[in-house]
Amino acid sequence: MKYALLIYSSEAAGPQTEEEMMAEMPQWFAYTEELDSAGKNLGGEALLPAATATTVQVRDGKRITTDGPFAETKEVLGGFYIIEAADLDEALTWAEKIPASPYGSIEVRPVMEIPGA
Amino acid sequence: MRDFGDLELAEDCAQEAFVQASETWGVTVEVPDRPGAWLTTTARRKALDRVRRASSYKTKLEELETRAKRGPERSKAGELVDEQLALLLGCCHPALNLEAQVALTLRLVAGLTTQQIASAFLVDEPTMGKRITRAKEKIRAAAISFGPVDRDVLADRVGAVRHVIYLIFTEGHASRSEDEFVRGDLCDEAAWLASLLIELLETDVESYGLHALILLTDARRATRIDDDGIPILLEDQDRTQWDRDKIAAGLASLARAREIGRLGTFGLQALLASLHAVASSFEETDWPRIVRTYDLLFELDPSAVVALNRAVALSFSDGPAVGLAAIEPLRPHLDGYVYLHSARAELLRRLDRAAEAVASYEQALACNPPEAERRFIERRRDGLLDGP
Repeated sequence: MKYALLIYSSEAAGPQTEEEMMAEMPQWFAYTEELDSAGKNLGGEALLPAATATTVQVRDGKRITTDGPFAETKEVLGGFYIIEAADLDEALTWAEKIPASPYGSIEVRPVMEIPGA
Repeated sequence: MRDFGDLELAEDCAQEAFVQASETWGVTVEVPDRPGAWLTTTARRKALDRVRRASSYKTKLEELETRAKRGPERSKAGELVDEQLALLLGCCHPALNLEAQVALTLRLVAGLTTQQIASAFLVDEPTMGKRITRAKEKIRAAAISFGPVDRDVLADRVGAVRHVIYLIFTEGHASRSEDEFVRGDLCDEAAWLASLLIELLETDVESYGLHALILLTDARRATRIDDDGIPILLEDQDRTQWDRDKIAAGLASLARAREIGRLGTFGLQALLASLHAVASSFEETDWPRIVRTYDLLFELDPSAVVALNRAVALSFSDGPAVGLAAIEPLRPHLDGYVYLHSARAELLRRLDRAAEAVASYEQALACNPPEAERRFIERRRDGLLDGP
């Protein structure tokens, strides 16, 4: 099974300054390395703040572009991993270990398997 | 990611143009005792125009262009547009919020200072500064291009530019400001931006329409408010004081728009403004043609506000009772709209239904109109209360 671990947090939570971010980095490297060496890491990215987001919708064949993330909520998507896990419990265990879990929320979503793809 | 030096360079250009304009203005234009602040504003405008074409600004623009040319997307010939247009399109990119689009356009294209923009939009300078900084951060982080724009998205993108220019104009024309109903400086900026747009897009019918609309409307500026800052009704304005040069330029742009193609919403509104501008008096106005023009506008923009304006025009072509009958069905749609109630009050007044007119003025006041309009409505209401 493939899972997407979607990392949400309030941008006011977690590391705020450059130094605090740098201080947290080793935890992220360690986590990613752990995923890698377990052969579970299928990819992922960290995202820039929601203020840099742009949302696109097509309505009646016309593109509508708006400033900002799709949902104006306090907790925003900050990054994601795509992992390989035997089942949800394994995925949840990996989610728990994500460095942002103490101040954010990790949404675990099974990745759709496209038959024949 | 694109080199974000583009944005800084663009800002340099605007800044430099502004500084040089101030200098040129001081040296070559006689500022002294001429009445009317708009004269000096126009002078600054003209100076700014000159400087924008002057060498150092051009050199920087060329540098901007050279940089943009290095990008891989420049390879497809025929899809490229003027660099200054690209700057305008970048400032009005739909990935930026509208407030940011307006602020950036005034900052980077019109060359206003952050402080000037802040005072124009009634916020303090740090707030406006933050708004601009946030917009620039997004431009950098999301890599919003200030480079060339593909022709197939140009029409949509230019629509956003026109929208921003129109917003700047309406803010100047009927300001939310407490102490100044008409802000000529913003009207001037909007007129200049619109003239820039038609210079860049010589065959764009709606941009000519916008330019014509702004000039034909702004021609009435000197007569729109009295000494107390209270609006004067169109029928009571001193038409000899309308700005003939602006009317002539507006009519020329409207004529050009009609040569190019079918008028859009801006063009039709310009046509409406032109019918007022060429009428020798309120009574001589071609009201039936105004009603027909509103019909065309309603086809493109079937909104209750357009229907309301049409109803008012109808009251002058076919009488107040007919106008009032056309307004009644709009009431549920525009209940919180000050102009519905004030227009209705005026028609009731003309029908000698004073008590109902007073009640309608009260409803207009309950919609919390801007200060100057509130005083205007109170004055109209009190005139009825004193009675003959």
